[in-house]
Amino acid sequence: MIVAEPKPIKELLEMVKDFNRILVVGCKGCVTVCNVGGAKEVAILASSIRISRKKMGQEIEVGEHTLERQCDPEYVDELKDMICDYDAVISIACGVGPQFLSERYPSSKIFPGVNTQFMGGAEEHGIWSERCAGCGTCVVHYFGGLCPIARCSKSLLNGPCGGSANGKCEISKDVECIWDLIVRKMMEQDRLDELIEFKPPKSWITARDGGPRRMIREELVK
Amino acid sequence: MSEYKSGSNLEKVLRAGHFAFTGECGPPQGANVEHLKEKAGHLKGCVDAVNVTDNQTAVVRMSSWAASIILLQEGLEPNFQMVCRDRNRLAIQSDILGVYSLGIRDMLCLSGDHQKFGNHPEAKNVFDIDSMQLIHTVKTMRDEGKFLNGQDIDAPPELFIGAASNPFAEPFDFRVYRLAKKISAGADFIQTQCIYNMDKFREFIKRAVDMGLHEKCYILAGVTPMKSVGMALYMAKQVPGMDVPDTLIKRLRGAGKGKVAEEGIKFALEQIEEFKEMEGVAGVHLMAIEWEHKVPEIAERAGMLPRPTV
Amino acid sequence: MNNFKPQIVAFCCSNCASSAANVAEGMKKALPDNVKIIQIPCTGRVEILHLLKPFEEGADGVYVAGCQEDSCQYVSGIAKAIKRVTHVKKILEELSIEPDRLNVFNLSAGKGQEFVEVAYEMVNKVKELGPFLQA
Repeated sequence: MIVAEPKPIKELLEMVKDFNRILVVGCKGCVTVCNVGGAKEVAILASSIRISRKKMGQEIEVGEHTLERQCDPEYVDELKDMICDYDAVISIACGVGPQFLSERYPSSKIFPGVNTQFMGGAEEHGIWSERCAGCGTCVVHYFGGLCPIARCSKSLLNGPCGGSANGKCEISKDVECIWDLIVRKMMEQDRLDELIEFKPPKSWITARDGGPRRMIREELVK
Repeated sequence: MSEYKSGSNLEKVLRAGHFAFTGECGPPQGANVEHLKEKAGHLKGCVDAVNVTDNQTAVVRMSSWAASIILLQEGLEPNFQMVCRDRNRLAIQSDILGVYSLGIRDMLCLSGDHQKFGNHPEAKNVFDIDSMQLIHTVKTMRDEGKFLNGQDIDAPPELFIGAASNPFAEPFDFRVYRLAKKISAGADFIQTQCIYNMDKFREFIKRAVDMGLHEKCYILAGVTPMKSVGMALYMAKQVPGMDVPDTLIKRLRGAGKGKVAEEGIKFALEQIEEFKEMEGVAGVHLMAIEWEHKVPEIAERAGMLPRPTV
Repeated sequence: MNNFKPQIVAFCCSNCASSAANVAEGMKKALPDNVKIIQIPCTGRVEILHLLKPFEEGADGVYVAGCQEDSCQYVSGIAKAIKRVTHVKKILEELSIEPDRLNVFNLSAGKGQEFVEVAYEMVNKVKELGPFLQA
């Protein structure tokens, strides 16, 4: 899933300080799963904004709505009859959400309510970590099913570097050295020969480096 | 001459079978050329080549290529260091051509410390290619006369290719294989991380010798004399991949007030004596960090002077 | 200021805090009448939104009264409540609201006296802070 974290409420309040009719829009996709942008969080953010304005003695109307997904136009359409009632919209979906809203509703002022972090998964409830860098050409099979591009601080394809100690990365004791895991796993599976093979420079054409990406699947296009 | 890969002094010394001795000099955090010349001046005549670090520990300094040229002008042989953190493959290849054109003949290929350590932790890193691929890039440019895209280079850069090896990083069992990988990628010489745990290094070099790696590549053992107990503790605790045994810390502590630095030098000299006799070790790389003025004394006491001329 | 009678909402665990309330009643110890008790089966059920809503509706203070950490009937209910209270305190801080307007207490079923004491403690604390909404 796409993992995000809430923007500090202070920062959000500052963003929308000039508006008195605010719509908070959630998303039932990834951000609901990572407890940052679902219906529950919409209610919490809306309540927080109301409390803050009330405290300042200001009038405020905060609407709450959660879409099935903010990354599909058919669901974004759902807002068409209500969005005009508000002078600011806070999207608490991943970074895709506010952009889809901005594109669909060009006259609305859209604000991001979360900071989108990474593509990853839940290690346990409340703890998420990165797994994929979206490089566009998956190579995890060379590395025991683990991705050094997303998970090595230096994205080494021929690791581990000299900073690997006690299974941890040189940048922090809280970061695991993925190369330590790769080496141990490959050695356990008796695949040392594969690991010793030189991995040539990767083509980043399919990654973000090749420019903004777009994908067309003819068999699906109507 | 053509039998040499680059014809650098370091290559000639090693090829002639001499026990090599290299030093290190960090460029200034500014444009203080005089200070750089003064630091480098201490190394003149004491070492076969001087490593010029490339924004080491991710702290911005005068560029390693520019500092290397200054050393060259001062009559020293620079071992130009390049990290993959700050350049993509375009900049890497053009810098390689540039330094060669200006007379640099030794080059050390590194991944580079992560910028999180340094003085610009907000920076975006590059890591387009890694150190292994950098070694291979230089070799391809030199031996095949081709860029990474396969295009021909009109006049290829003839460089003596160096790489680093840290026998103390983990997983230990894989370290010698990674060394082998660097050698087959194209490394002509290796400079190791600072060695303090001699037992572990003996084991590492034995494995390298068993694999015949010392016959394919010159391995220089890294030595950094400890200046103080504080430095030893810092190295032991703060520097990832550094292995400083408690026995050494105890020994330094036991030296008594005002005598720790001398004890540190003594330990380094004992190490060098052992390396001279150790199978698989072709020389010593002395990293006297901000202690360049001590290098002549250490070189003298280690019996490294005068340096051979080949 | 002295006349200020804060409105307080208390989320009380039916296993410990509410039993303590009964004991207090038996002891003829009255709870201040400006503390509104909401009885819940377990404080683990108290959500972030539950803690915010009373403020939105004009309450001056909110607290959660649950079990001792080692005697929660549902094992980790009170521990969860403590974490959520801590989180909402941070939200309040960001909203420039004194985090002391929200608190959590560990009680025991038999301790009626303590139940009444925490209510007064909360009332006095919030009294000191003054009304949440300035007139």
